Amino acid sequence: MAEPATVDIDPSTRLALYRSMVRARYFEQRAYDLFMEGIVKGTTHLGLGQEAVAAGFAEAMNPTDMTFCTYRGHNHTLLRGAPMTPLMGELAGRDVGICGGKGGSMHLTDVSKGAMGSYAIVGAHLPIAAGAAWAAQVRQSGQVSVCFFGDGATNIGAFHEAVNFAAVWKLPVVFVCENNLYMEYTPISAVIPVPHPAADRAASYGLESIIIDGNDADVVYDMATRTIERARSGGGPALVEALTYRHKGHSRADPGKYRPDEEVAAWMARDPIVLYRERLTAAGFDPTLLDEIEQAGLAEIDATTMEIRNAPPPPPETMMTQLWADGGSQWRN
Amino acid sequence: MAELTYRAAVARGIAQEMERDPSVVLIGEDVAAAGGVFKTTSGLLEQFGPVRVRDTPISEEAIVGGIMGAAMNGLRPIGELMFSDFLATCWDIVVNQIAKTRYMTNGQVSLPLVIRTANGGGTRFGGQHSQSAENWAMAIPGLKVVAPSTPRDVVGLLAASVRDPDPVIFFEHKNLFATKEDVPDGEIVDRLGEAAFRTMGDDVTIVALAAMVPVAIEAAGLLAAQGVSAEVIDLRSLVPLDTAAFLGSVAKTGRLVTVEENPRLCGWGAEIASIAAEECIWDLDGPIVRVTTPHIPLPAAAELEDLAIPDAQQVVRAVLAMA
Ligand SMILES: Cc1ncc(C[n+]2csc(CCOP(=O)(O)OP(=O)(O)O)c2C)c(N)n1
Ligand SMILES: [Mg+2]
Repeated sequence: MAEPATVDIDPSTRLALYRSMVRARYFEQRAYDLFMEGIVKGTTHLGLGQEAVAAGFAEAMNPTDMTFCTYRGHNHTLLRGAPMTPLMGELAGRDVGICGGKGGSMHLTDVSKGAMGSYAIVGAHLPIAAGAAWAAQVRQSGQVSVCFFGDGATNIGAFHEAVNFAAVWKLPVVFVCENNLYMEYTPISAVIPVPHPAADRAASYGLESIIIDGNDADVVYDMATRTIERARSGGGPALVEALTYRHKGHSRADPGKYRPDEEVAAWMARDPIVLYRERLTAAGFDPTLLDEIEQAGLAEIDATTMEIRNAPPPPPETMMTQLWADGGSQWRN
Repeated sequence: MAELTYRAAVARGIAQEMERDPSVVLIGEDVAAAGGVFKTTSGLLEQFGPVRVRDTPISEEAIVGGIMGAAMNGLRPIGELMFSDFLATCWDIVVNQIAKTRYMTNGQVSLPLVIRTANGGGTRFGGQHSQSAENWAMAIPGLKVVAPSTPRDVVGLLAASVRDPDPVIFFEHKNLFATKEDVPDGEIVDRLGEAAFRTMGDDVTIVALAAMVPVAIEAAGLLAAQGVSAEVIDLRSLVPLDTAAFLGSVAKTGRLVTVEENPRLCGWGAEIASIAAEECIWDLDGPIVRVTTPHIPLPAAAELEDLAIPDAQQVVRAVLAMA
């Protein structure tokens, strides 16, 4: 496990990390509440408890860098800068939704912010993230692509195809495995012959084995900065395994009963936001500043919730738009 | 004007587009140094260099996922799948990612990419290297499906596919690679969704695609000797589909035959038949007839494979049986 960051992270970055985690936390808690209320329909896969990974990487990325994530992608999309109301609007199937209601919870995307999509077929977006990095390499654009996925994704073919492809072409992509110890209900340990789903596979592709504390925002930010900048300067891909835990079940209203109580308690005691607040306070940050960040986060999600409650659904004519680049869906003359 | 094989036309079409647009790149297994297992990409590495023409691992998901990501980030990539049967190994990326992403993101993502692949039978390769997979692709909203039958069309339709802002699956027929014709010099660019009339006729409309086009043309010649004048329509693309071409033709001939290499069930001919039944049934003087491969994988032995794939005699018999 990589040591806690010894490097100095400047105070404004640390406040930004705290703000990011708080905003993501409020967003996901409200998504859960609105799901239970029936406003958010279908499904949700919340990132509650995993905020430090999203915050640390998003903070380390340049605006033109590209994020690829999974159905558990609300944190990542929000923290790249996608506006909150269109994100919650998408979960609720409203016209203001960031995808006009055509994507839903599992497909949040904001290309204008470099949030290049949330993909709901396990592992499928790893080759896509590598391909975007290949284009960056060909065009010498200096962009890096960062690809988040779960522990379970390391057993699908696309993971291995993509990591090998990226390594052999030295592509500027950072693969980030958010190891939250479970797939849907089955623990990852039950289905792999090695202790670490990502890190223990890294050597097969000539990559360094990297395991970090995914609940420590400073550690994540530090490793994100190092791997992203190495990729940007032509040093090729990285595979980072971030240990973390989800505070809720896999999706929807899953209570996560398959997880032992002691395990849940131990991880709840390592809540990344609580830990970070303690660390910042100990480092001399003014607690009222941190309170203000929390109050602003709550005000923001309350305003979003109000807007969503009153927002209309997508108009029927939008059903037939945007299959093709001409805006329509014609397949014949 | 120079005589060109269908095989060489592929490289010419790609080169035409790579010369014009620096964002066009080509990747696939053995496409660069080796020039392709069917030699369809010979000379491109030498002409355009190793950044734009690159060999990949045997990783079909990485190839098609890779070109998808590249298309999202400013390139117009062409990815080769050695055989269309291998679409099955990366079908998730083709169907769930490439085809759906524009719609699911409400137009935020454009995917100007081309998947080129060697399609079809007649080469005695057996069941896993002989598939006609165009129907698979046609069934998926969000994919354009192109299948040329002549060297000239390979160039023109490949150019149209590369320039198209949407994902195109470009089926190159293995059994046509050695065919040749005189192809005009200079740039050739066609439009997708325009069928070609290969013969004009008054008695029957024969709709065909790719390697079934020469079969239909041969059948039209044999029918002419028997006093039956057949109009052969080469669809050239299944999506977009030129329905006006065959609906207009049937209005004149009153008879419709489709000739498909693919297995029977849910073949594209069924879609043509259904459109004709809905929209021009009163123009028809008899039932629509579909000539297809039986509903089997293609066998390897020459005698069996030839029996399975429609030939001109079979088309002639089908037409004469309608009368
Ligand atoms: C190819 C594929 N198989 C199965 C599923 C169903 N599924 C959705 S999420 C999931 C668990 C994935 O676990 P992991 O990769 O650890 O990610 P996490 O949900 O823990 O973030 C499964 C099995 C799917 N979406 N795609
Ligand atoms: Mg998991």
